[in-house]
Amino acid sequence: MKKTLICTVCPVGCSIEAEVSEKEVLSVSGNTCPRGEKYARDECIAPKRMVTSTVRCSNGVLLSVKTKNAIPKEKIAECMKIINNTVVDLPISVSDVIIKDVFGTCIVATKNIRA
Amino acid sequence: MVDLVIIGGGPAGMSAAISAYDNGVRDILILEREEALGGILKQCIHTGFGLHKFNEELSGPEYAIRYEEQVLERKIKCKLNTAVINVTKDKIVTATNSEDGIFEIQAKAIIFAVGCRERPKGALNISGTRPAGIYSAGTAQKLMNIDGYMPGKNVVILGSGDIGLIMARRMTLEGAKVLAVCEVMPYSSGLARNVEQCLNDFDIPLKLSTTVIKVHGNERIEGVTVSKVDENRMPIAGTEEFIPCDTLLLSVGLIPETEMIKKAGIDMDAVTNGAIVNELRETSVDGIFACGNVLHVHDLVDFVSEEAEIAGRAAAEYIKGSIKKNADIKIQTDGKIRYTVPQSINAMQDIKIYFRVNNVYRDAKINVINNGKIILSKKKRKVAPGEMESIVLGKELLCGIDVLRFELEVQ
Repeated sequence: MKKTLICTVCPVGCSIEAEVSEKEVLSVSGNTCPRGEKYARDECIAPKRMVTSTVRCSNGVLLSVKTKNAIPKEKIAECMKIINNTVVDLPISVSDVIIKDVFGTCIVATKNIRA
Repeated sequence: MVDLVIIGGGPAGMSAAISAYDNGVRDILILEREEALGGILKQCIHTGFGLHKFNEELSGPEYAIRYEEQVLERKIKCKLNTAVINVTKDKIVTATNSEDGIFEIQAKAIIFAVGCRERPKGALNISGTRPAGIYSAGTAQKLMNIDGYMPGKNVVILGSGDIGLIMARRMTLEGAKVLAVCEVMPYSSGLARNVEQCLNDFDIPLKLSTTVIKVHGNERIEGVTVSKVDENRMPIAGTEEFIPCDTLLLSVGLIPETEMIKKAGIDMDAVTNGAIVNELRETSVDGIFACGNVLHVHDLVDFVSEEAEIAGRAAAEYIKGSIKKNADIKIQTDGKIRYTVPQSINAMQDIKIYFRVNNVYRDAKINVINNGKIILSKKKRKVAPGEMESIVLGKELLCGIDVLRFELEVQ
């Protein structure tokens, strides 16, 4: 079976064709870099996404956060619930771990907030 | 007297400041109207920034921090919460803040890095009432990501620019239902990856060749009437559809913020709505430079930073008196190629020309023509208005030339 994908790895957005059987990806074409091939293989078998959002700090301001690595696409809604149930204390620096062990990765801060 | 005044402390201003410093200027002052450096990146919490510059996928705030740290390391002076209200051809900058009142600075060189703003509702001529619940996409983004407010629950988005697509995902993640993204053109004006990861991932319908023709509701918006449009973007009778909603986001384009540049008497480009510049990003007034989205709207912040480096370096050369102009070449376009930046060339060196096209073309050829002769040709598999293209002109091509014409040929 042929699957047509738009690569989301970078802003070029290559149109990629993947030949897939029931269990595996047989061939990938149309990508212009190796990252595109990896994306297509992951996307056909186990699609993953980065999640970005905000977490409330104890003083009321918002801290922007992201998943350190991409998580399974079907876990996005659950991931958002975990993020929205979290309150963090200050100060926070960029890359600080805000929530540990979230679908194989963690939630990290993407900005600095002084107390 | 200050050597270099940079107006705006967003990605363009910070990158220009760092570049000017690294090219020998020490007396630099950044004027920023908000309470922190970073510009619009502060509210762009999604990832996708920095793939070119840092070879990683950063969020907006992370990208801004990388530059802010470099500004701080160099001890470059910044005045925050400071609005510039006037700039003259003689390089006198008038600014104001609550500490200093209104003050004037005589600069040797000035870089405009003030960015762009969203095209407002008033520019759209939508009939109907003017209830609450209509926001520009960027305003909604600031409300959600900085202030922590949810703009609404049932959302229609007009315009498929990148900010609209990003907000469709953001609002969905926070529990809103995005009912439709309507785009008047037959193609999305945003990046293909954003259509994929912001709309398709969440089954949000993208209605192409469709626009909002009426807003309903009195105190709060209660719905919109959308309609298909023909090739002249005129609504087609009989295709109207009412969509009940409590929120309408507008993502209908960005406009360079050029009031001050125009007032200073700088020559403008009618297509980009920004200043006309040469390869140094120098405007028609010697020593006044412009870079970033105030010049033309970029797809990626990485390209803004890159352009600002050019302006920063050039401002440093101007202050040292070492700019050499040994060419005077004007660049023309054929309309299929809407514009180029720079629009003129004043030096014989390898120069990267950025351009944008007016439509989606497949298997296109970009021809650079002098005197009816093609001197450079580059094939492109696909070009689209939403994606800025570039071509490098080698200095050997520029010898003895006064006009270059950029044409797009469809094969």
